[in-house]
Amino acid sequence: MSEHMKLYEVFIRSRRGLDHKHVGSLHAEDSAQALEYARDVYTRRSEGVSIWVVNSSDIVASQEGDCESFYDPLDDKPYRHATHYQLPDEVNNM
Amino acid sequence: MTATNLNEATLQYAVRLGDDALILGHRLSEWCSKAPFLEEDLALTNVALDYIGRARMFYSYAAKLSGDGRSEDSFAYLRDCREFTNLLLHELPRGDFAFTMARQYLVDEYALAFMHALLDSSDQQLAGIAAKTVKESKYHLRRSRDWILRLGDGTAESHQRLQTAVDDLWGYTHELFELDELETSLVAAGIAVDSSALKPAWAAAVRTTLDEATIVVPADGWSVRGGRQGMHTESLGHLLSELQFMQRAYPGLEW
Repeated sequence: MSEHMKLYEVFIRSRRGLDHKHVGSLHAEDSAQALEYARDVYTRRSEGVSIWVVNSSDIVASQEGDCESFYDPLDDKPYRHATHYQLPDEVNNM
Repeated sequence: MTATNLNEATLQYAVRLGDDALILGHRLSEWCSKAPFLEEDLALTNVALDYIGRARMFYSYAAKLSGDGRSEDSFAYLRDCREFTNLLLHELPRGDFAFTMARQYLVDEYALAFMHALLDSSDQQLAGIAAKTVKESKYHLRRSRDWILRLGDGTAESHQRLQTAVDDLWGYTHELFELDELETSLVAAGIAVDSSALKPAWAAAVRTTLDEATIVVPADGWSVRGGRQGMHTESLGHLLSELQFMQRAYPGLEW
């Protein structure tokens, strides 16, 4: 049965003030059912206060093969990191 | 009623409610690893655990009222068929998925209203148990009602299976709303729920859902009763032989 069902990604916020974190995926007929199942599958031990479910097919992901053009150019731009700069002694925290 | 009689009647009432919960919980647990797909497997067994937890609360209270050393296990594992007083609807074999969900829906509509009413019990323990179960029942009902709509208004086969299930179950629902002498006296004492008063709202809610699911509401032609008096269908014995096997074979076993 589950091969005909849609795949959903599940995000759970464990406490107020924190971000939703990806916890896994599940199969369901529609988003309402996915939310019900997310409750049963991923919050059995009171892990969350809020659940998001998202159609997996709606997620646009970067590809492994794009690493070269996506991330490598950043390697030679150390000035984009705060640690690149020498702080004057008077600045204790930054 | 004298205080002693009232104590004994309340004990029996708690056992009845415990029996309903244990037997239905066991039926649901039979789906473990056999549900149509993994997500539903976890959901069904979650509901099963809710019911078994409910049984434990009622049995613990009954054990406390007995004051004779009986424990929740004595009620669950060391009584025979005729001593079980669950309503018959709860013990029917799980059947196919449509049958299980149809039974669950009919029970959930009833259980939510029943537990709401039990909140007003003058017995603080029973009212306390009801407060814990109302939230669970709301969730159970949302789930089972959703399945009734999906199956009834789904494929030709799911529709047919659900219609058959509802037809086969209907005659067992009347018993939910009947009071015997024990319950009538407990209602008078403000302890038990007058379940007969729940019927109109239950019937209206069920009709609305079944209409929406394109399922025909069966006529009130036949009815079966007897669970509260210990008169059961043959399937309860088979259920108990599995449920009680360990304690019967190894009395006093702990793990």
